[in-house]
Amino acid sequence: MNPRIPAIGSAIRVWRTLLASQLREQPVRLALGVLAIGLGVSLASAIYRVNAVAVAQFDGAARRLIGAADLIVRGSRTGFDERWFPRLARDPGVRAADPVLEVEAAVADRHRPLHVIGIDPFRAARFGGALLGTIGASAGALLPPDAIVLSTAAAARLGLGQGGILRVVVGDAVRPLHVVGILPPGAVPQALGVMDIASAQWAFGRVGRLTRIDLQLAPGVDPRAFGALLARRLPLGVHVIGAHTDTGRTAAATRAYRVNLDLLASIALWTGAFLIYATQSLAVLRRRGSLALLRALGVTRIELEIALAAEGASLGALGALLGLGAGGLLASAALAHFGGDLGVHSLRIAGGAPGAGAAASAAFFVIGTAVATLGAWVPAHAAAAEAPAAALKGASRAVQAAPTAGRGLAGLGLCAGGVALAFLPPVHGLPLFGYASIAGLLLGAVMLVPIATFALLRRLPDGGRVLFDTAIAQLRDGIGPATASLDAVLVSFALMVAMTTMVHSFRISFERWLGDLLPADVEMRVPLGADTARWTPREQARIAAIAGVARAEFRRTRRILLDPRRPPITLIARRIALADAGRVLPLVRETSRNLPPSIPPAWISEGFEDHYRAKVGHVLRLPIDGKPERFVVAGVWRDYARSDGSVVVPRTAYVAATGDRTATEGSLWLAPGARVVRIEARVRELLAPADALEIRTSRDIRERSLRVFDQAFAITYALEAVAVAIGVAGVGFAIGSAATARRAEFGMLRHLGLRRREVIALLAEEGIVLTALGVLYGWILGFVVSLVLIDVVNRQSFHWSIDLSLPLGELLALGVILVAAAAATALLAGRGAVAAEAIQAVREDW
Amino acid sequence: MSAAATTPAREPVLRLASVCKRYRPDRPAVLAGIDLEVAAGEYVAIMGESGVGKTTLLHLIAGLDRPDAGRIALDGVDLGTLDDDARTLLRRRSIGFVFQAFHLLPYLTARQNVELPLRLLGVGAAERRARTDRLLDSLGIAALAERRPRELSGGEIQRIATARALVHEPRIVLADEPTGNLDPGTATRTLALLRAQIKVHATAAILITHSLAAAHTADRILVLDSRGLSPLEAA
Repeated sequence: MNPRIPAIGSAIRVWRTLLASQLREQPVRLALGVLAIGLGVSLASAIYRVNAVAVAQFDGAARRLIGAADLIVRGSRTGFDERWFPRLARDPGVRAADPVLEVEAAVADRHRPLHVIGIDPFRAARFGGALLGTIGASAGALLPPDAIVLSTAAAARLGLGQGGILRVVVGDAVRPLHVVGILPPGAVPQALGVMDIASAQWAFGRVGRLTRIDLQLAPGVDPRAFGALLARRLPLGVHVIGAHTDTGRTAAATRAYRVNLDLLASIALWTGAFLIYATQSLAVLRRRGSLALLRALGVTRIELEIALAAEGASLGALGALLGLGAGGLLASAALAHFGGDLGVHSLRIAGGAPGAGAAASAAFFVIGTAVATLGAWVPAHAAAAEAPAAALKGASRAVQAAPTAGRGLAGLGLCAGGVALAFLPPVHGLPLFGYASIAGLLLGAVMLVPIATFALLRRLPDGGRVLFDTAIAQLRDGIGPATASLDAVLVSFALMVAMTTMVHSFRISFERWLGDLLPADVEMRVPLGADTARWTPREQARIAAIAGVARAEFRRTRRILLDPRRPPITLIARRIALADAGRVLPLVRETSRNLPPSIPPAWISEGFEDHYRAKVGHVLRLPIDGKPERFVVAGVWRDYARSDGSVVVPRTAYVAATGDRTATEGSLWLAPGARVVRIEARVRELLAPADALEIRTSRDIRERSLRVFDQAFAITYALEAVAVAIGVAGVGFAIGSAATARRAEFGMLRHLGLRRREVIALLAEEGIVLTALGVLYGWILGFVVSLVLIDVVNRQSFHWSIDLSLPLGELLALGVILVAAAAATALLAGRGAVAAEAIQAVREDW
Repeated sequence: MSAAATTPAREPVLRLASVCKRYRPDRPAVLAGIDLEVAAGEYVAIMGESGVGKTTLLHLIAGLDRPDAGRIALDGVDLGTLDDDARTLLRRRSIGFVFQAFHLLPYLTARQNVELPLRLLGVGAAERRARTDRLLDSLGIAALAERRPRELSGGEIQRIATARALVHEPRIVLADEPTGNLDPGTATRTLALLRAQIKVHATAAILITHSLAAAHTADRILVLDSRGLSPLEAA
């Protein structure tokens, strides 16, 4: 017979007895632990579900748009020569080819461009009726040159129905398109229009250009080998990729956001685990005599350990179940109100029902339960390891791990490992080692807390005040129980310090960046992302000549695909010279002094540097209009707007390479006394599709940007507040538990002549000292974690740097609030403890 | 007035007159018409059945509880005229306690536990140490001064508790079953030490006990029952 089976059976009986008594004695405490675990699980599962819905819908839509293609030949947004289409279609390895033109069309009266796909309806039919199938009866109607079919989302956004007129801006002219049909709801979730490819080429001035050719290969042709051969034949800037790479980009686009939101969820989860750890540690201490009695009555060590760990598992399981339910509701609400973009606007969808995948739900349930079990197991192990005779006698109070050298070494090792992990590169673009580094630092610090606390308290001289000295003596002796509540404060406060420092640093850097990039009084641009609208040199000259405009500067931005597995980068052609680059761009790397004079300079963003491993002094070959244009990297700048990468080149070099003198962005410096409203009205008068223009004062952009920034981090602040509230509650419960456990001690002190308020003050002083230590450790640990967040997690996730800036006032205030909250909690606990008559207290045996 | 309350020859440290205590209005009084006088240096044992109100009487004397009727005076001060703070300060100054369950602070050393009443009274460190050492020495536990309670035996702990009760030279020591958790030999030695110290310091003492042997270490033995306090011979 397996000896484990009776052990487990007995452990279950012990667990039921213990849990029942726990539930009776401290329901609020246990409920808070359950809620903390539930919060973490609900946030993590909601983020997962929202993203899963969005990615599934977009991947499904992408498959419908791409059809049954084996390979995709993809060029930049400006496209490539359509003569590649017959060449590829005639290739013996190709069974069928389908040409596509994709355009981000500027729409008059709208600030957001519309994604328009030009297809060959007849050829598209051969690709398994992919998109054409959803167009259905509208296919024939696509043939007129000004016909367009809109998706349901586009029709809703533009307020257009069948028979309506869509006014698109092409160059400096407005071109009307007739809406001949609306795709059925659910066909494609995003807002887009579908046109016949020839009509699209004509309407958007892209005659002879394609952006994509979908290929179905002949039977027996290996897509990988064929793709490799084809890649060598294609012109610069045109790439061949597998269909799965194209559809998978949607998931990759949100990955960094998801991982960082998951980090926030994990803060709640781990805070919950520490709360359960603290609650269970104190519960074990409080029931020490009972547990020893169980051992004396024949409950084995392993049975007791299983039973106590199962208490935590039960709480975790309950929290995880609640969290899964709440996560579903949260995901539904998020999808209904915010869409599923998770920070990536191209993924914005309307509505959608979050499904609860059984595997994912099971995984979240297991994570929540495991974290809580771990929190309970540590004190369970210590309690089970204690000799029952000593516990019954009350000889050893330190059930928690005592400050041993081994523990100290382990703590130091974990901290050192955490620091070392911070220097490792990302894994598949994710800062996994960064997170591991934070985990190592937190765990290491938790291991070091007893040693540091013991050393500090031991060195604390006798203060000459009986209450304070007694409080210190109590903490010094009860180092184990004290560290249980210190851990809860330390972890939650350190994470709060780290997040506050990171967000503050980011905000300061962002504000400086805005100041660097918005030196003019007024900024103007065509709708962001539009391929079709731009200002001619004549329009630029007329704007510059407006009365009241002291100076005007124009820029041309366009998107360039460098790697088909990555989103395109942004090319910015602007007035810039080597000498003044540091003045007009927020540079983070020194401009190289020894650049070849024959090659024009370029300044790459940190994102570009990370994604394409370019360095200062490297020569770039940027595919512009199908030609490889050479630029030498003269510096690296900070770009908070484009994490996919951007490159700034002198406009003169861009014009020389392309002949394109149009502009898509402009900055206006106003003469003294000039009024912004009049200048804006005059600019709109001069530009034909005036409503497709975005024009704002730099101050307005700065204010709006900072508002958006603050909104984006509102969830961070909310989660921080929850984490700290849980931490404070943990301290409160620890003090409350200690006060309850020490009622007899307080009763005796009352007998010796301590007044009620002196007993309460004694407890408050203990709480203050304990929390002050937690705050002190939290500041130190939080600072180190903030460095990892700023220099590792943030840098590897978003590919931009942040200057460290300490919010000293805020951190000081947070520490004071935490200490004050703990003191207040201790006062309440103390009042409760001395409320009972001292004569009753001393009659209770301890 | 019962025989037990007869005024001792010397001026009484403690005087109880017609003290009554009732916990619930619908129940009989726990204590009714209690009269008692204890002089300085006098050692009185009170015996009685469980639930008769012995410990309640001790708490009333210590000012931890208030009588429903009657008067309790310690060193001539009527406890009924004092608020909780004043009674607490009086207790701090004038009363020493010895409990059955010892009640030492587990995180303080033996010396620190003994010093506690002196610290509460603001006695300077040097004097504190001298008085504590003297007392620990006289009780034969000087070698245990730096140990914590968990490192001591029951008898040793009770001697530390006795030292704590006497170190600030209170006017009266209240001992509630101080030997209830000790073996007979240790109990006898502990009570002998307690008596000796009481006599040395001329401190009044009340010993609550179930043990006749323990009671016989006292100068007077009183029995508490529903009729009040009476000498052992009369009970």
